[in-house]
Amino acid sequence: MRLSAESITIGYDRKIISEDLSVEVPEDSFTAIIGPNGCGKSTLLRALARVLTPSAGEVLLDGKAVQQYRSKELAQRLGLLPQSSLAPDGIRVADLVSRGRAPHQGLFQQWQASDEEAVNAALQATKLTELSGRLVDELSGGQRQRVWVAMLLAQQTSIMLLDEPTTFLDIAHQYELMELFRGFHEQGKTVVTVLHDLNQAARYADHLIVMRDGRVIATGHPQDVITGEMVEEVFGLRSLVVPDPVTGTPSVVPLDPRTATATEAS
Amino acid sequence: MSTRTAPRPGCDVDFGYSVLRPRTPWWSARIPVRLVCLALLLGAAAVLMGLLAITLGDYPLTLGEVFTTLTGAGEDFHRMIVLDWRAPVAAAAVVFGALLGIGGAIFQSLTRNPLGSPDIIGFDAGAYFAVVITILVLGSGGYWSVATAALAGGLLTACAVYLLAYRRGIQGFRLIVVGIGVSAMLGSANAYLITRAEIDDAMTVGFWGAGTITRVTWTGMVPAAALGCAIILAATALARSLRQLELGDDAATTQGIAVNSARLGLIVTGVATTALVTAAAGPIGFIALVAPQLARRITRSAGVSMFSAAMMGALLLTAAHLLSLAVAQVYRPVPVGLITVCLGGIYLIWLLMREARRHNGVMP
Ligand SMILES: Nc1ncnc2c1ncn2[C@@H]1O[C@H](COP(=O)(O)OP(=O)(O)O)[C@@H](O)[C@H]1O
Ligand SMILES: [Mg+2]
Repeated sequence: MRLSAESITIGYDRKIISEDLSVEVPEDSFTAIIGPNGCGKSTLLRALARVLTPSAGEVLLDGKAVQQYRSKELAQRLGLLPQSSLAPDGIRVADLVSRGRAPHQGLFQQWQASDEEAVNAALQATKLTELSGRLVDELSGGQRQRVWVAMLLAQQTSIMLLDEPTTFLDIAHQYELMELFRGFHEQGKTVVTVLHDLNQAARYADHLIVMRDGRVIATGHPQDVITGEMVEEVFGLRSLVVPDPVTGTPSVVPLDPRTATATEAS
Repeated sequence: MSTRTAPRPGCDVDFGYSVLRPRTPWWSARIPVRLVCLALLLGAAAVLMGLLAITLGDYPLTLGEVFTTLTGAGEDFHRMIVLDWRAPVAAAAVVFGALLGIGGAIFQSLTRNPLGSPDIIGFDAGAYFAVVITILVLGSGGYWSVATAALAGGLLTACAVYLLAYRRGIQGFRLIVVGIGVSAMLGSANAYLITRAEIDDAMTVGFWGAGTITRVTWTGMVPAAALGCAIILAATALARSLRQLELGDDAATTQGIAVNSARLGLIVTGVATTALVTAAAGPIGFIALVAPQLARRITRSAGVSMFSAAMMGALLLTAAHLLSLAVAQVYRPVPVGLITVCLGGIYLIWLLMREARRHNGVMP
């Protein structure tokens, strides 16, 4: 296990979001964090990435508290795609992707051959090579999200934290990104992503962290974690969990609230 | 050293514009050709305007005479006019303009807003208010007391505006609106104090408040230039952090930037640029506001660039200086600050109208 939170308390100003929270990200896993809006998923991810400092407890990376890493050293091991990102006006694709190289650059070594290679590889993996000279503002939503992923990829970290990377995209672009993340995982990266689509989480992740009200409700393999009771407890939605006809992974089908009792009775 | 302009297909990244890639064991960089060429051109134009400015005055010289004198030859009288009187002023126009441009670029980038420059967010008004108090109320009008007052007043106002605008972090537009409000309040206080002042004091204050570089001498210019160099070095070192901060705090942090200390360093550097200029020449408005945006439009850079903003600032202030000298030839001396305010005001009106339209568009 490479990344873990040990009894951390996190929040904003005086408002505590999670207290005494412990979470483990198994080594080389594809971990998905799920839970209702506002339950503290982003807050947890930001604490794992050392954007937020816990007021108690600590986050460990490779056996060492993240606070003890130098900023650059940490950034070479762990990268984050925040829930919302800002692009400067008039920036081009390759320029934005290149900014992911910051932790590998210094005052004098600003653009080495390794930077060129990393950016090239990231553009290729995200199928952006043809668009590298285009303005980011002119891209479609799906393309733009791929640019942010490419920036994270260019950072060449072995752990990737992604906050709702597929929200706001149409279904085809969602699966396109999920396939991309699966590829990263197969290449040996540890992927941790916040997802809203439980079926996607079950399909792609091999480890789930289920949250509600700042607490972890369940963790484990999707096969064990995704059940009708869990979905009802966490999301307040009554549903049927059936095997996905394509992959056999658990798939959540909401019940019709008007006929739910009838279905149950039958 | 291997320097290539055209990207090698399949190896080099195509950035959508031409890029130089100098690579040596101890230094490597990615140099955008268009931006650097245009910025250098702006800088060269600024120096040329500075030289032209040296020819103008009560005793006109030709460019040839100026060159001869600058290279060490020429009459003693010319030497005095050129080297002792006019050169420090021309140098001040170039250096101060560049510093104002850097300060504007830093604040516009940090606030993510083209309106977020130190002169708009209350720095100049604060410096002016402190000087008015020092001269009119405390009755001390020496160079050092005025410079100290300008510095302290500007810094205090910047802090006050920052705190008033603070609400769970700093949001660009709030900072600007609060800054404009505070400036207006200080402005009316100034006007009141001046109406009650002795005529001589009022004139001293008024002249300082208009912003003028014509009284700059080498004694004032040398320490200012040294400090300016320190500021430029600091800005260069912080430029990378500023670029990452444009992506938001979360992204910058996870890309290895110590966000809080970088931001503090940038704010101190940005305030220092304006503080230095205001202490030496009075408030020279609008250069910091206009230069970064004009430079961005011309160089088509992503976000604002400190380097091109500095060159554009130098050009704008030397141009305004030249204009003020030209006006003096046919009419009477006009402080350079008055010219930048007049021309910058037009730009500000245009910008405010555009911003208002944009915000209306977002929340009808
Ligand atoms: N910057 C912030 N300042 C104060 N409260 C915040 C901030 N960001 C999020 N919150 C609050 O923290 C809680 C958890 O938010 P978040 O972690 O973003 O939830 P999720 O990502 O699960 O939707 C929410 O109630 C939200 O209002
Ligand atoms: Mg969130």
